[in-house]
Amino acid sequence: MLSYLVVGIILGCLYALTATGLVVTYTTSGIFNFAHGAIGMFMAFTYWQLAVAWHLPWPLAMCLVLFVMAPLMGAVIERGLVRQLYNASLGVTLVVTLGLLLFLLYAADGIWKPTITRNLPTIFPGQFHLFGVVVTWYELMVLIVSVLVAVALRVFFTKTRAGITMRAVVDDRDLTARAGASPARTAQLSWILGASLAALAGILIAGGHLEQLDQFNLTILVISGYGAAVVGRLKSLPLTVGAAILLGILVSYGVGYLPVRLLSNLEPVIPVILLFVALLVLPQGRLRTASFAREVRRVTSLRSSIVLAGLFVLGAWIVSGLISPGNLITLGTAVALGIVFLSLVLLTGYGGQVSLCQMTFAGLGAFMMGKTLGGGSIVGLAAAFALPAAVGAVLAVVVLRLRDIYLALATLAFAYAMDNMFFNRELGFGGILRVGRFAVHSQRAFLVEIAFIFAVCAVGVLALKRGRFGRRLSAVNDSEVACASVGINITAAKVLVFTLSAGMAGVGGALYGGWQGQVGPIDFQMLFSLIVLLLIALGGLDTVAGAFAAALFYALQPTIQQHVHVSNITGLLVGLGAVALGRNQGGIVGQVSDAVDRIRRAWPSRVPGAGVRTGPAIGAIPREEGEVVRIAG
Amino acid sequence: MSALQVEPYAPDAGADAPPAAALELRGVHAGYGRVEVLHGIDLVLSRGSVLAVMGPNGAGKTTTLQVIAGLLKPTSGCVHVAGFHVNDVTPEVRARAGVCSIPEARGVFPNLTVNENLRVFTHAGDQPYHVVQERAYSRFPLLGQRRAQLAGTLSGGERQMLSMCRAFTTDPAVLLIDEISMGLAPLIVEELYRVIAQLAAEGIAVLIVEQFASMALKVADYAAIMRLGRISAVGTPADIADALSDAYLGPQA
Repeated sequence: MLSYLVVGIILGCLYALTATGLVVTYTTSGIFNFAHGAIGMFMAFTYWQLAVAWHLPWPLAMCLVLFVMAPLMGAVIERGLVRQLYNASLGVTLVVTLGLLLFLLYAADGIWKPTITRNLPTIFPGQFHLFGVVVTWYELMVLIVSVLVAVALRVFFTKTRAGITMRAVVDDRDLTARAGASPARTAQLSWILGASLAALAGILIAGGHLEQLDQFNLTILVISGYGAAVVGRLKSLPLTVGAAILLGILVSYGVGYLPVRLLSNLEPVIPVILLFVALLVLPQGRLRTASFAREVRRVTSLRSSIVLAGLFVLGAWIVSGLISPGNLITLGTAVALGIVFLSLVLLTGYGGQVSLCQMTFAGLGAFMMGKTLGGGSIVGLAAAFALPAAVGAVLAVVVLRLRDIYLALATLAFAYAMDNMFFNRELGFGGILRVGRFAVHSQRAFLVEIAFIFAVCAVGVLALKRGRFGRRLSAVNDSEVACASVGINITAAKVLVFTLSAGMAGVGGALYGGWQGQVGPIDFQMLFSLIVLLLIALGGLDTVAGAFAAALFYALQPTIQQHVHVSNITGLLVGLGAVALGRNQGGIVGQVSDAVDRIRRAWPSRVPGAGVRTGPAIGAIPREEGEVVRIAG
Repeated sequence: MSALQVEPYAPDAGADAPPAAALELRGVHAGYGRVEVLHGIDLVLSRGSVLAVMGPNGAGKTTTLQVIAGLLKPTSGCVHVAGFHVNDVTPEVRARAGVCSIPEARGVFPNLTVNENLRVFTHAGDQPYHVVQERAYSRFPLLGQRRAQLAGTLSGGERQMLSMCRAFTTDPAVLLIDEISMGLAPLIVEELYRVIAQLAAEGIAVLIVEQFASMALKVADYAAIMRLGRISAVGTPADIADALSDAYLGPQA
């Protein structure tokens, strides 16, 4: 009974350490650091390297990591990556920090190969009894350190000039500069602090909570801290710590008392559930006002997009006859997953929202396809659209009234929960699920079918963008306040685009399943959703060609890995590329497309009005015939 | 001026050269992105004098202040502070060197308490925190009663007082004030202008931007009128009374 309480409180302290680190960097730099856990993981491995592999005494190694290496890493990250992001959109900051996560994860995996078991040195061994409960000295140490950190942070942020200035920077960057404090240096200090806190949390978690050092688990454990951070609305430290302790206790009792057979692997899921409850209870965020003017790319006309789509299908048929069976498999994978990537063009490129669970929707699609009427029917394909769409709608309704960052958190948590609760379980794939094909059987015919569906989706997405709904999305992106004041239902527009995108990802997943013949949980794991988002951001978020290029790279990963003898080369590349995106925010294909536009603008008489428009699209709010702008009252 | 580590723009000026103006703009062009807002601004402001810059919306008044504060880089032209070329100096270094700029309506940190606001103000100037507190609360006792309150919960007048505190607690050399009277009760505006007049008497060069002129013209030694990114008239307040109505209403036929 009571011993669960002790375990819970200690677990809560660990959550609190991670969550406060997150909150500190978020409140002082305005950028949510998705790589927080990865920094902690990397530092925990560094600590292992110093204390175990190089036999330094552990206190020295610990001090080196916490007070030299982690601060250095924080400073470098701020200087190299974050400083260019202060005026960037949430999407870009998200992609850059996720890229950092991926990079650190794969780099750690390459440096410390998972061929041997690694354990951190045992510190404070032994235990004592308190009211009949066994408490280890390590647990007591964690408790004391957590309390000390919480108190020290509180004092730092309210009593010292440096701490108060950090809060001032969040309030008003320019005013802080006018008052004589350097915003850049202040933000750097906050990243240094955040990295040290991440390192501390990583080391303490690895030392007491995990059986052995593991790159992925250590990185992902931070998600458990998100729930607590959200309760604190990403800014209140006392609320965050309180929520973290409560969460720890809930998890401890949950693991202890809930039926194990029904809900094994529960520990990672409870915090996710709490995160959703917290999101439900949070009050509505304030509407965004007009954002900065951004470049709006020309959208291909209906006629030429249909022609291009036809050529694409024809090309797929011709190429599929020319290439080797191995390359054919890669191509089919690329086209099928291209639909998943296309769903992100719709959602992120046009809808201005982010999803970190697009592969989860794809997995749900494959699941519906495989389970419906023997696995190869048109009904299955429809179900593959319907279920993810429905799930996406529910998710969107819950989260979309909040600010964008919460959507990213919720979708990441959803992907994580689905990994643990569904895909890996008997209820879900049950190991490996066979998925059939609709109507055709030969490789080549099925490839043409997939290419056809991809082409239809692409034409549809572009038509949507050109039409009334697309203009509405642009308007919502530009200024929610302006939209609300002219009577556009912001939530409806956002939910609809999220639903459509989820459904489209589901169809892509179903076709991907059919192409492979079978799917397993690893095909749709959370990490892949991240890679998909980063790749599409690299390809250019608002072009169909970018989506296909990104999908092609994704499908080529195994091939590239075969030829390059650096472990995780593609993951490292994607991470690095995403990190570099901070400097070049249009993506690679976007650059090409801009260049084409520039050339077109050189002949204005040939293509009237085809140039790049700049400025908020608010002037483009639908004013068509028959549309009545309702005025309240 | 020790914090300002830049070379003087006129190194060959002899001992008998007149002392450099507190603030000088020469042919300043600036803008946002591809849109140029200032088309060549020339201004000179000497120690202890008050210059009121007036003009209709969109004339470039606030942009001029942003250029002087260092928040916006001029595309061409020079900004000199006490004879130092400061085009490439960051706003925080300018602030520490004695350029105090108080923005329109947003001069306080809303999520910090009054005390914490003053604490941040101590980055500029050499006064320790307790002196800053003492000066602020003896000038505006009302703020002293609110010292533990979040600045965001203060009334508009109290907020403007708090942002004004930065002007006399940090001993600046140049003071830039943007639309201080905006939306405030006349009594409070009068009080704030008393503070400005006193600071000028102590030798601070003051630049006031106002859209509505009457109060500013009472304390100003000189006045300038801006229209469409240029200075269209300069003179003593009496000189430019006619030009002022032209600027707002268009020239009389």
